[in-house]
Amino acid sequence: MTDSLSVLTLFFFSIVVYSIPLLYGTVGEIMIEKSGSLNLGVEGTMAIGAVLGYIVGCRADSLFVGMMIAFISSALVGALFSFLTVTLQANQNVTGLTITTFGVALYYFIGNGLGNDWPQMGSAPRMVNSFSDMEIPLLSDIPGIGKIFFSHNIMVYIAVGIAVLCWIYLNTTTLGLELRAIGENPGAADSMGINIPLMKYIHIMVGSGIMGLGGLYMGLNMGGTFEGSNCWINGYGWISIALVIFVNWNPAMAVVGTFVFGFFNTLRVYSGSLASTFPGLLGWLGNIPAQFFSALPFIITLLILVVDSMRKNKKSGQPAAIGLNYYREDR
Amino acid sequence: MADGEYAIELRGISKTFGSIKANRNINLNLKKGEILALLGENGSGKTTLMNMLSGIYAPDSGSIFVDGKKVSISSPEDSVRLGIGMVHQHFKLVEAFSCADNIWAGVLNKGILLKKDRYKEVEDFAAKFGFTVDAKKQVSLMSVSEKQTLEILKVLYNGARVIILDEPTAVLTIQETRKLFDVLRKMKEQGHSIIIITHKLNEVMEISDRVAVLRKGEYIDTVKTSETDEKKLTELMVGHKVDLNIERGELRKTTPLLEIRDLTIRGDEGSIAVEGLNFYIRGGEMLGVAGIAGSGQKELCEAIAGLRPVEKGSIVHKGKNIAGLSPKTIFAQGIAFSFIPEDRLGMGLAPSLSIVDNVILKKYKKGKGPFVDRKTGRKEAAAIVKDYEVVTPSIDTPVRRLSGGNVQKVLLGREINSSPNVIVTAYAVRGLDIHSSYMVYDILNEQKKKGVGILFVGEDLDVMMALCDKIMVMCHGRLMGVVHAAKTNKEELGLMMTGALDLTSKSGKTAGIASDSALTMEEWERGPEPAEEVDDDE
Repeated sequence: MTDSLSVLTLFFFSIVVYSIPLLYGTVGEIMIEKSGSLNLGVEGTMAIGAVLGYIVGCRADSLFVGMMIAFISSALVGALFSFLTVTLQANQNVTGLTITTFGVALYYFIGNGLGNDWPQMGSAPRMVNSFSDMEIPLLSDIPGIGKIFFSHNIMVYIAVGIAVLCWIYLNTTTLGLELRAIGENPGAADSMGINIPLMKYIHIMVGSGIMGLGGLYMGLNMGGTFEGSNCWINGYGWISIALVIFVNWNPAMAVVGTFVFGFFNTLRVYSGSLASTFPGLLGWLGNIPAQFFSALPFIITLLILVVDSMRKNKKSGQPAAIGLNYYREDR
Repeated sequence: MADGEYAIELRGISKTFGSIKANRNINLNLKKGEILALLGENGSGKTTLMNMLSGIYAPDSGSIFVDGKKVSISSPEDSVRLGIGMVHQHFKLVEAFSCADNIWAGVLNKGILLKKDRYKEVEDFAAKFGFTVDAKKQVSLMSVSEKQTLEILKVLYNGARVIILDEPTAVLTIQETRKLFDVLRKMKEQGHSIIIITHKLNEVMEISDRVAVLRKGEYIDTVKTSETDEKKLTELMVGHKVDLNIERGELRKTTPLLEIRDLTIRGDEGSIAVEGLNFYIRGGEMLGVAGIAGSGQKELCEAIAGLRPVEKGSIVHKGKNIAGLSPKTIFAQGIAFSFIPEDRLGMGLAPSLSIVDNVILKKYKKGKGPFVDRKTGRKEAAAIVKDYEVVTPSIDTPVRRLSGGNVQKVLLGREINSSPNVIVTAYAVRGLDIHSSYMVYDILNEQKKKGVGILFVGEDLDVMMALCDKIMVMCHGRLMGVVHAAKTNKEELGLMMTGALDLTSKSGKTAGIASDSALTMEEWERGPEPAEEVDDDE
């Protein structure tokens, strides 16, 4: 009984672990989309934040430095996106796809270029130490729940903190109100005297920076090894974009929404042990090929998009002017 | 603050868009505490000029003085800081926000946190000006006049002393307009200076102290309202003498062309928009449709054109039922459709295509093989531009670059060029200036003379009473009665529009059913035969 309980606890613990990169990506994208911009470059932005943050973090042997670099480098990618779409009025979809291609390619370029010089996580003991799980006093003593929710590494708490802060920012501050006004109706926002280019630049950069943190988290979580054929981000950026729709552009809801996705991802890893621990109830899980579980998050994404398109909800959080460039003198 | 006579002075303002000279060397001044009407035909540069005051456009040359001091307005924020507020023709509101949030988003220096008491604050502020508003109501649920009230509140809340209103009455009912004018007078008493753009001369005479006139991007003159009249103003605006009487085309009616029986249509939200409607139009007759905005006029027009499914009932054209057929088939029967929505570009024209392409749009299948017949298209486009006096640099100019009135002329011209036998036209003169409006009336009268049946959905009761033969009144999608335009009056129509007077059951016979119908009683009972669908690969 203790054994099966610990398997379950570990399963739910892992759900949290796997959902966090999606949370970073989703919250970052929400901040960008709320400003009326649709950035399809999440995958690439995360890849750049991941690879640069990881390498510099290892070299400096500091998680804090790694996070700073991940945030700044991704924010610079966001600045590039802003320059192209806000200043030069380029098409947002094409620009976003370009950034994804560019970011993932840069990831491989740096990884392959470094070859044997690729820093191993073991070479940065202090960084590893900062990333290790820490138990929150008192809360982590709660049986079951304590292990599942309150004994994670610092970046898990930071992710949830950012999500909550973003919700507060969007819904209770005047700047948040101005940001939402831009996303809904830039023409109206402009006539109210809101500085649209400035607001867009800031929020696209901050949102991209948040994504970069998610990329770094993935890299660290996967042990920091560079595989020539597989990017750390592995499609999580794309799922984040779909999740934005799933959670209805609400950063607080994103915490719950990403948890659902983390569940399917964790199923892939734990289907075997779940099947052997509960042969009666979950034994069938063992007969399903692993490839199916790998595909599951994407299948679910597809289903969510279909269901969401069919839903006729008036209370959609989608900014009305999303994806449209704004030019004041256009007529 | 320098205390001059003028709140705003414009000197030598010019602005060009590409090759269009929207404003040329304009001088204009606004006295403190006055209401100045800005008058001009469509495309004469009124909105462009005002947009330079509100910071949307930057002038190419010239200078702006506020309270006697030279200022530069390079963004809407500058404009707000200078105490200038503009109520745009197309409202600049965030539909998803509440009333209070729309105001708050535009407040300068509002601190970091959104205060909870902002709703009460807005309501209290509104009360000071005699408005009652629900600060928590979302804009998407508001009526047009509520939205306008909000726009005015927004401007006042930001402490504007100069208020510009761009065609504020174009979408208001008579009662709402009266209310708006009371508000404007009150604002004037409190020392605000107001510029109002409107095409309705009676409103200019009623509300303004002085009138400034623009013509084709140039400043003509400013006159005192008390020393002028509608005729003189029109002459200033158009540049030559104009006859201000609307002529009712001679009535030479024939058998019913279009008969509508028991028609029920659902609106966008799925609720019933038109219910059990009966009416008919004869050839050579113009039937006006009056009703408060949103009483089912739009849905009715769309259903006739085949753009909206019919829930129940029939639309019989020359004895054949066309209800539920494709728009193409209906068009091929000779039913032309021109609907001018509030944003003008929404229906019928592709904004980024040239005039030529838009003219070709409805007959592209008529070319040789897969190729489009551009030569005929160019010829037709040139003819429309010439006949309807469309102001445009060339026939290759994208339609969205034209001013609103000119866009409408292109649409109407194209529809009439298809030589229809029924014309469904909704809000044909929405936002048009006097001169253009009269041109549209003339065009319609000419079509009527040719035996075309016209359904004229309008807003201005005076116009409909003068122009149409009969007027049918709708209220909440139901027929309130059909009256002879020459025998009715505004009060009767107004009562019917609000549903207080129902004439459908009064006269004994059912209203809206022709005695000499194209179909016999049995044929109606059996259900009218549908018209033949036009093959798609014609």
